[in-house]
Amino acid sequence: MSAEAKAAYYRNVRMIPFDLVKELALATGGVLIVVMILAAVFSSPDVPAVTIANWAAADPVDFVTTATSELAGSSTSADYGPPYNNNAGSVQTLWFLKPQSWAGVHTPVDPANQFVLQPLQQAAIGDPALTAALSTFLGASSDQRAAWLDAYSTSLADAQANNGQVTVAAGDYGPAPVLMNSLVALARSGGLDGLLLASNQFFATDYTGSLLFMGDGGYLEGLANEQKLTGNQWGMMHETGRYPGQAWLWLYTLGYQVPPFNEERGFLGINSGNADLAITVTMGALTLLLVLVPFVPGLRDIPRWIPIHRLIWRRYYAEKGVGPRADDGTA
Amino acid sequence: MSRSQAAVPAGGGWTGAFRRQIARRLPLEELLPTNQPAYVHSWVYLFGAITIAALIWVVASGVVLAFFGPQWWHHSSVGRFFNSIHFWGVQVFFIFMVLHLWTQFWAAGWRDGRGLTWVIGVVTFLASVVAGFTGYISQQNFAAQWIAVNAKDAVNATGMGALFNPLNFGQAYGIHVMLLPASIVVLVAAHIVMVRMKGIVRPIDAPTPGVADASPSNEMAS
Repeated sequence: MSAEAKAAYYRNVRMIPFDLVKELALATGGVLIVVMILAAVFSSPDVPAVTIANWAAADPVDFVTTATSELAGSSTSADYGPPYNNNAGSVQTLWFLKPQSWAGVHTPVDPANQFVLQPLQQAAIGDPALTAALSTFLGASSDQRAAWLDAYSTSLADAQANNGQVTVAAGDYGPAPVLMNSLVALARSGGLDGLLLASNQFFATDYTGSLLFMGDGGYLEGLANEQKLTGNQWGMMHETGRYPGQAWLWLYTLGYQVPPFNEERGFLGINSGNADLAITVTMGALTLLLVLVPFVPGLRDIPRWIPIHRLIWRRYYAEKGVGPRADDGTA
Repeated sequence: MSRSQAAVPAGGGWTGAFRRQIARRLPLEELLPTNQPAYVHSWVYLFGAITIAALIWVVASGVVLAFFGPQWWHHSSVGRFFNSIHFWGVQVFFIFMVLHLWTQFWAAGWRDGRGLTWVIGVVTFLASVVAGFTGYISQQNFAAQWIAVNAKDAVNATGMGALFNPLNFGQAYGIHVMLLPASIVVLVAAHIVMVRMKGIVRPIDAPTPGVADASPSNEMAS
């Protein structure tokens, strides 16, 4: 808008001196004082990260149960699908929409090898018992391996943890107990944290392997549950402790608490199984509407129908002494 | 011709033409006016200024945190203080940004050719949400671990997992400290310039003095 057009726009409008720079300077100073007080009084949340060593020490049975499922290929990560592998356990679709499958595998993850076998092969150097157990396992048929792991996995329901070792009732588990107790020992030492982060190069900042492995277990989720961070606890809006989280995600988070998104059967093809995709699509549509408000008849008229603007410009309307629709008929 | 336009001499090739365009489209007296319509005397007009003020401190504290590295604030009390300023600055930023957005909605701030200003404002909000998310998963603590693990399913379900992996700290941190802040600052700058150049929209149903670029239905249309 040119200066002339703006002058025309403000014709008959009472203008007053206004110091914009001073307003911003005062706001900047005021906000600094407020955030410094909040920072000094309340600090900020910082519950330490959980390591795989912490997990293996605190709940070795959960650790071994998870590791066994990784080796058997039955964990959530092993069966996930894109972007980690070509399975379909966690692939979501909505009507004709299959964006997860369309996107394909971009972060390949092989849980049995990456989380269990490769670390054990590293640890087996100088350990004859583990070397022999690995050799037996890798030399067995896939049916035999599955039978051992299935039996061992079942026995873990009544497992006991003693001095960091997991013991189960006697049975035909093949080398599984040796492998898993070696892995839990490696994990407790902190070695597995490093091995899962290693990426065949010196520097590493990608925690995909470690976090997928921990996410497959129950320990991390149990801690999150205690902090009210899980999805059905409005988790995205929370932070650890009594700190505010991403409260601005309230509408997105609301979706996970209400039907059809939180129901197994659902409605119109929307259910808890594809809630992530359905809620994101819903939020995407609502967001598009918000962006396009000025251009959508009806939507853009809501502020005129619900006269909250009478509060915003209370003084203006009081000075004019007219109702919002009575002055010029342009409404 | 405005005074600043007249101050730019003719000629000068592309540079001169560029200067004349800036002088014509962004005259200083319009960018930083010393007079405003009397109706801006309302608390709601402070929300935008407070949002900008909070952004200044979020960026400033973020620069300090980035300079000393992502682990500094976990073991340094000074670092923890700067992280706390960053944390609470973000909360203030979002509170007032949302207040600004909603009050502008109820004021129908997009009227009289201000549609693009609204669009840029909402896009800034969306970029800020993504910045907040990447910030939470860049904290290198338990909350970051859980949020990343939990959020990956939504990211993957939409196919975005092909581009962005929330479990990759390096990727999330890089996006958080560089790409998003730069985008937000540019968007906010564009938003402010558009607000200043268009001026503050008149109250709903204020008498229309004949606006050159207003549509016949005024006002609710952009």
